[in-house]
Amino acid sequence: MSNIKGRKVTLHEMSLRDGMHPVRHQMSLDQMVAVATAADDAGVPWIEVSHGDGIGGSSVNYGFAAHSDMDYLRAVVPQMKQARISALLLPGIGTVDTLKEAMDCGISGVRVATHCTEADCAEQHITYAAKTGLDTVGFLMMAHRAEPAQLVEQALLMESYGARTVYCTDSAGYLLPDGVTARISAMREALQPETELGFHGHHNLGMGIANSVAAVAAGANRIDGALAGLGAGAGNAATEQLVAVFNRMGVETGIDLFKVLDAAEDLVVPMMERPIRVDRSSLILGYAGVYSSFLLFAERAEKRYGIPARDLLLEMGKRGMVGGQEDMIEDLALTWSRAASQ
Amino acid sequence: MSRKLRAVIIGPGNIGTDLLMKMKRSDWIEPVWMVGIDPTSEGLKRAEAMGIKTCATGVDGVLDHVLADDIRVAFDATSAYVHAENSRKLNDLGVIMIDLTPAAIGPFCVPPVNLAQHAREVEMNVNMVTCGGQATIPMVAAVSQVQPVAYGEIVASVSSKSVGPGTRQNIDEFTRTTANAIEAVGGAKQGKAIIIVNPAEPPLLMRDTVHVLTEDEPDQDKITASVHAMLEQVQKYVPGYKLVNGPVFDGNRVSIFLEVEGLGDFLPKYAGNLDIMTAAALRTAELFAQEADKGNFVLPARS
Repeated sequence: MSNIKGRKVTLHEMSLRDGMHPVRHQMSLDQMVAVATAADDAGVPWIEVSHGDGIGGSSVNYGFAAHSDMDYLRAVVPQMKQARISALLLPGIGTVDTLKEAMDCGISGVRVATHCTEADCAEQHITYAAKTGLDTVGFLMMAHRAEPAQLVEQALLMESYGARTVYCTDSAGYLLPDGVTARISAMREALQPETELGFHGHHNLGMGIANSVAAVAAGANRIDGALAGLGAGAGNAATEQLVAVFNRMGVETGIDLFKVLDAAEDLVVPMMERPIRVDRSSLILGYAGVYSSFLLFAERAEKRYGIPARDLLLEMGKRGMVGGQEDMIEDLALTWSRAASQ
Repeated sequence: MSRKLRAVIIGPGNIGTDLLMKMKRSDWIEPVWMVGIDPTSEGLKRAEAMGIKTCATGVDGVLDHVLADDIRVAFDATSAYVHAENSRKLNDLGVIMIDLTPAAIGPFCVPPVNLAQHAREVEMNVNMVTCGGQATIPMVAAVSQVQPVAYGEIVASVSSKSVGPGTRQNIDEFTRTTANAIEAVGGAKQGKAIIIVNPAEPPLLMRDTVHVLTEDEPDQDKITASVHAMLEQVQKYVPGYKLVNGPVFDGNRVSIFLEVEGLGDFLPKYAGNLDIMTAAALRTAELFAQEADKGNFVLPARS
């Protein structure tokens, strides 16, 4: 691994957005404020606050959140001393109207997310956000489904709409370090030098930290982490682990390791409804290349229809389902359970 | 005098071309003009090859021919931004506008739910909502016809190849317009729409999921019967409209899982989203023509 000593990395905290998935979007306002305040105090520069599926994601299909996105944002934003708050927006789920509401709540950045081959669905949102001066990020999800050259084409589109940062987002936790290196290097070569590159990892194959380090080595300077790994599937790369590893490698994050360790242990771990770890379901997500938030839906379908979650997840991967198609899990379980009873 | 109504199609893209192919088979609507804005467009060339008059100067280029060619109905398959102007100019000449854009300046039309009412009221501009709306709102209505619906949510999954640049650039128009029509036509107190674009190869058939929350405990038998009756209504003009699973009941949630296979006219069969839109628009014009033929509907007088 190349020497990254002396590099600066901007960490983006995910536990209050991606971490909404494993708690079924049921975080209380107090919990959110407590975690955000602790991260702020530890020097975490960016914190994302949204429904797991982005602003506007509260729904039957993805689960209704305990509070509206705007209530969460209004509770968190005024408490921040130095951290900036972002929101996630998936075109097709949220709209520019939702973004405007979030801006009224004081967000400083937005990350506009599409499947890795559908960047042109984000044009109106990125264009609007960039014009308003928000820190505007294009977020290419399920990046393992696009070869480096194709990912570059899509990243260039997002850059052309006004995104100042583009992410390679490993939503399935499928990529191995070589795949991350290939994608980030190709993006680094093709995009404007001033365009920042980011990486968002999931730990489904245990590669979250290694992939993040590979991304930095290849030219990324924005990395997503979640306290205690609280995120979909086996979770995100854990913030405290990233800080520890980057400390050892001489990479500057500006974050106090002991403070994020305490926040992870004292505030985030107690919120977990289940251990966030590589288990027999979450590993399959990474193994089969399946969107990490499908996990709970597959387990729920297993309980209700008696079809093993693993089989459902493998089939979702085989069928090329993308983020947002949670409805297809129950649909498949229904079809298979009917076939089994005939 | 022919009982067929003569028509102009505005917009020679995927939707306009598919519509033209279906219209060529119609007993009630005769395609006469295809209007575009780019003389080199493939769509205009295709229309010309099919024996249709074409013009590349937008709606203005066809206005002088409306009376001479006795154009009675226009289909706007462009984008929401130019629709209002197109509609005003053509309405002034007594042309009924069927709006396939998400502009929605006229009332929403979902044929099995409210087309008959629009025909009675001789609406000069009706809006066809969106592909996802045409596929799902009949089912929201099927439930709301049985008992009050607090919330209706739809998830439309469409193949990447079937989604043109217009929809991509204005994806918010899809979610907004569909959500509004779930309320206005579907009868839900609150509506939400989600669209997912899936690039899998070979392309997946259009899938639509309808989640409804009823105010009180759902009457399972009545809702199931209503859903099946509605299915038959839609299948009359979209034969590939299929109930894959459901209705499933879980507390006050009712979920219905649909699939729309197209006829494969212009785009292959996976593009059911294209078909359900064009088929619904044509069905709408045909009913207007039938009502005019019966004398129930008086077309604007022309000298």
